Amino acid sequence: MSEWQPKILAILCNWCSYAGADLAGVSRMQYPPNIRVVRIPCSGRVDPLFIMKSLQSGFDGVLISGCHPGDCHYISGNYVARRKFAVLKPLLEFIGIEPDRVQFSWISAGEGERFATVVTKVTEDIRKLGPSTRLVKKL
Amino acid sequence: MSSIIIDTSASRGVTELLRFLLESGKIDAAITMRNDPENNTYDLGLITDASNLDEAVPLIPVMTVNAGQALSSISISRKKIAVVLKPCELRAFVELVKREKGSLENLLTISYTCGGVFPLDTVITEQIEELLPKYKKIILNGEIPVNTRDTCRTCEHFIPMNADITVSVIGECKPGAGCVMYLNTEKAEDFAEDFAGERSDRKFDPSALKKTLDARLAEKEKLFASITKDGPGLDRLLDTFGKCVGCHGCSSVCPICYCLLCDFESANFDYNLPYFEEHLSRKGALRLPPDTIFFHLGRLTHMSFSCVGCGMCSDVCPVDIPVAAVFKKTGEKTAALFDYLPGRDVEESIPVMVYKEEEFPDIG
Repeated sequence: MSEWQPKILAILCNWCSYAGADLAGVSRMQYPPNIRVVRIPCSGRVDPLFIMKSLQSGFDGVLISGCHPGDCHYISGNYVARRKFAVLKPLLEFIGIEPDRVQFSWISAGEGERFATVVTKVTEDIRKLGPSTRLVKKL
Repeated sequence: MSSIIIDTSASRGVTELLRFLLESGKIDAAITMRNDPENNTYDLGLITDASNLDEAVPLIPVMTVNAGQALSSISISRKKIAVVLKPCELRAFVELVKREKGSLENLLTISYTCGGVFPLDTVITEQIEELLPKYKKIILNGEIPVNTRDTCRTCEHFIPMNADITVSVIGECKPGAGCVMYLNTEKAEDFAEDFAGERSDRKFDPSALKKTLDARLAEKEKLFASITKDGPGLDRLLDTFGKCVGCHGCSSVCPICYCLLCDFESANFDYNLPYFEEHLSRKGALRLPPDTIFFHLGRLTHMSFSCVGCGMCSDVCPVDIPVAAVFKKTGEKTAALFDYLPGRDVEESIPVMVYKEEEFPDIG
């Protein structure tokens, strides 16, 4: 049987990180195929519930990526997102989710290489943690 | 700012103040706890006729509804209203004002040093009058009555913040010492101008309540330890919420959960046939109603930092989930990130509504 592969949800903002992923693709950079990408208008659109829900539905990890602070297409969306994630972090810790399972990063449209590096790192972090069991719905 | 000393019990002193304000026309209505002698029930009353104040028991340690929540829509009328609130109810109201769900403008807020309230279970099964003498003796001693709500026993914010008038109930208000009211604002001075009672310059002294504070903090540590990360609590945390029957009672009595249409009651959580089909095709079974644990996780992420720890949620839970204790613990952690204390100051912004450009360098 083949080795267990982590399943990771990547929520990427339309203006920076998604374009960054695109650049990584057209530049033919290599990165692990473990992420499933969801494109959203802005990282500020991410309700912490999305993250909870994906962990509950069986994802082993979540990567959220938006524009660098100061570069948001909508001026302040990623600042607001950052506050929401700050609130989420202690909560995840409280319910026993390993901090590395949910990661945040800022990737601009020009950083294709950074995108590949981040995805590789996140995949490896989550592979080390093993399958997520904590929140997964049994029924 | 001055204080008034009246030679009567604290409860009667407050009732007399409300009577004076109503009769002199300084306020149009008063909101206070009252006791219906016929049915022997307690409720929060909105009173416009002073004769109805005979039944008022403003300082009774009972919370049937968080008065901050009840006040929300009433407070936006142009009428002048005096309201007697517990400190956590006042904090909850301040949180609502921040969310534009109320206004402090036409209110005279009267609050008091709170000894904690009895759970609603006790209120309906026991005679509160019979419990009161012992309760009073314990709180005057700076100790904690064991039969109060767990959030009350562990509450360190029992001294009102932002109240126009603070009434001394625990600590110095010994039998025969009279009722002491501290007028904290100019508004309070205006309202109480011609009210009877001896005036003095006595200032409120929180250090006199240090014994109570220490006892509460020690109790809080114990409560938090019982639901802590490394203890037996966490492993059971999700199981604890697993008992949830999905009644949403905790959110409907929560003063902070103010959304007219809660996300969890919106179309986002309409479970339709495709949802069931998709889920069942993967898992082969589904617990009904779905997403009961998810509901609590959602509430935690949405408003834990504004939790004032009033304890209504735990009190109404039909399956005895310690909702309030969990919220209080996580809320303290999340609020601490922003040096935020819910209800401290009406000018203080809700953490997730504002941002600083340079903060949380470890994120991203």
